[in-house]
Amino acid sequence: MAILEEPWRDTRASDDTPAGQAQRPGQGAGGLGLGSLELLALLVLAALLGRAWIAGLFSTPRMQTLLTVFISICVQAMPFLILGTVLSAAISAFVPARVFTKVLPRSDVLAVPVAGVAGAILPGCECGSVPVAGALVRRGVPTAAALAFLLSSPAINPVVLVSTAVAFPSQPKMVLARAAASLLTATVMGWLWLRLGRPEWFKPQRRPVGEEGGWTTFWASCRHDVSHAGGFLIVGALCAATLSVTVPPRFLQSVASDPALSVVALAVLAVVLSICSEADAFVAASLSQFSLTARLAFLTVGPMIDLKLFAMQAGQFGPRFAVRFAPATFVIAIGCAVAVGAVLL
Amino acid sequence: VKRDAQAVILLLVGGTLIKISLTGTYLRYVKHGLQPLLLISGGVLVLVAAVTLWQSVRAGSRATGAPHGRHAAHHDHDHDHDTPRTGEHEPAGAVDLDDDGHGHAHAQPRIAWLLLAPTLALLMFAPPPIGAFQADRSGTALSAQAPSDYAPLPEGDPVRLSILDYASRAVFDHGQSIGARQVVMSGFIMAGPNGAPYLARMVLTCCAADARPIKIGLMGDVPGGLAPDTWLEVVGTYTDRQDKDPVNGEAIPYLQVTSSKTITAPANQYES
Repeated sequence: MAILEEPWRDTRASDDTPAGQAQRPGQGAGGLGLGSLELLALLVLAALLGRAWIAGLFSTPRMQTLLTVFISICVQAMPFLILGTVLSAAISAFVPARVFTKVLPRSDVLAVPVAGVAGAILPGCECGSVPVAGALVRRGVPTAAALAFLLSSPAINPVVLVSTAVAFPSQPKMVLARAAASLLTATVMGWLWLRLGRPEWFKPQRRPVGEEGGWTTFWASCRHDVSHAGGFLIVGALCAATLSVTVPPRFLQSVASDPALSVVALAVLAVVLSICSEADAFVAASLSQFSLTARLAFLTVGPMIDLKLFAMQAGQFGPRFAVRFAPATFVIAIGCAVAVGAVLL
Repeated sequence: VKRDAQAVILLLVGGTLIKISLTGTYLRYVKHGLQPLLLISGGVLVLVAAVTLWQSVRAGSRATGAPHGRHAAHHDHDHDHDTPRTGEHEPAGAVDLDDDGHGHAHAQPRIAWLLLAPTLALLMFAPPPIGAFQADRSGTALSAQAPSDYAPLPEGDPVRLSILDYASRAVFDHGQSIGARQVVMSGFIMAGPNGAPYLARMVLTCCAADARPIKIGLMGDVPGGLAPDTWLEVVGTYTDRQDKDPVNGEAIPYLQVTSSKTITAPANQYES
């Protein structure tokens, strides 16, 4: 036992993190899973020893940009992920299920648009909405309604709508179009789930967390959700960063002039870039070679489905769900954006 | 991942968030305004980790017999141990089951290990801000910010402007609010067409993933042979010459440079 602990202590000593508190687990060794901790220590040690070699890998501008974008997405998402996690933990621990049955209409068909509109109350971007939607399902909210909430909340909350207004100062209609297209997509997806969804696709992660409520549930839920959703977030962030430094910029320019192709191209770009929904309006505004409808598709698709969201949804609701839900969301969002664009823009 | 290892991972992540917020490293990745949120997030993670470890210690000392033994934790009937086997329902098979032979299983997401990837990358390398490489691949973002009227320039000769401010006044105000004043700006060098250098600055809304370049062309007394990402401070006057950005076709205004010098990159390399 003492031998097993040595590498851990050594690595901690040579690591320059400010988290000196990490020494604490060593003292409370009673409950330690030494297998995992040992692995952790070895990993940190390997990273330190291999530092020069790894640094060599990341010496080109492309690789450095990749690493910067990767870290940026992770760092930017963390506060919102944690907000979502704490909120979801609080729902799991302290909000009784009957609250939701009272608030939502009894009919599932009506509950979907109501939940979609309710998405406006959760500030922040999409990373937070995934764990919250998970908590809603655990609290007995109908799946279709929780999905409508999941899709609408990152797109129609006030923070996002205000940033859209700022990004498009000369096209105030863009704000309305974005809210309409997003709400429409969320509602259609909810109804689609009511009609076509099968319970065996939807496997919300079963958590090693008691559901009887109270502080124990709260802390266990926080710990689990941050680790779980955070891990999947990192998979998505890595994919997004890799693609964002490899997609050739000329490709975008060549499709901008074709009205149909440009819509699809920007929708794909939204999936690839995985930009936070609070920021995507500014990126859309700078893609000025594209039509407004194409940019609306970018703004509608991005908060609902992108690489990091796909990874997080697969983690939260199961891969069998994600591989069906994501493409459906993608197609419906494009359809709604084009329809709303035709009417409003 | 066992519960305590998970707590240590969260402690590392939280500690790293606090560290980069306090040292200013965070400015390479996200906008300035996120600092308090990062500090709070780091604090929450440290708190969650601390509560978890404290629960473990308490559970360990409560257990009968061997307080330091490996089996101590397995006797505590904490919620973490009451879960039925989750393997068949867990998406992506993302759990470690660690049965101790007493019918209890630790089930924590294995994917939590990945949280170490950005954490270690930050602690060991802390890669530089987005620069010329990405600026070269994106169109100038000038079209995004077009306030309709321009306040008179602030005091100063030369007057210090952001590249965004100069470019907006040059393109949308046709330089009228600049007049014949001398302006001073700083940015990084990127290759323009025909080898002539552009001076650029990335504009950030949330994080470096949404960074967009603002580019201006340099003419007149411009030093040659500057490598991309070299930081340069230029003094000059307005000129009506413009380029079209090859990526998105937007206007790139020029500056008639009278003097310039290389500088060290500022702490916050982004404009917002």
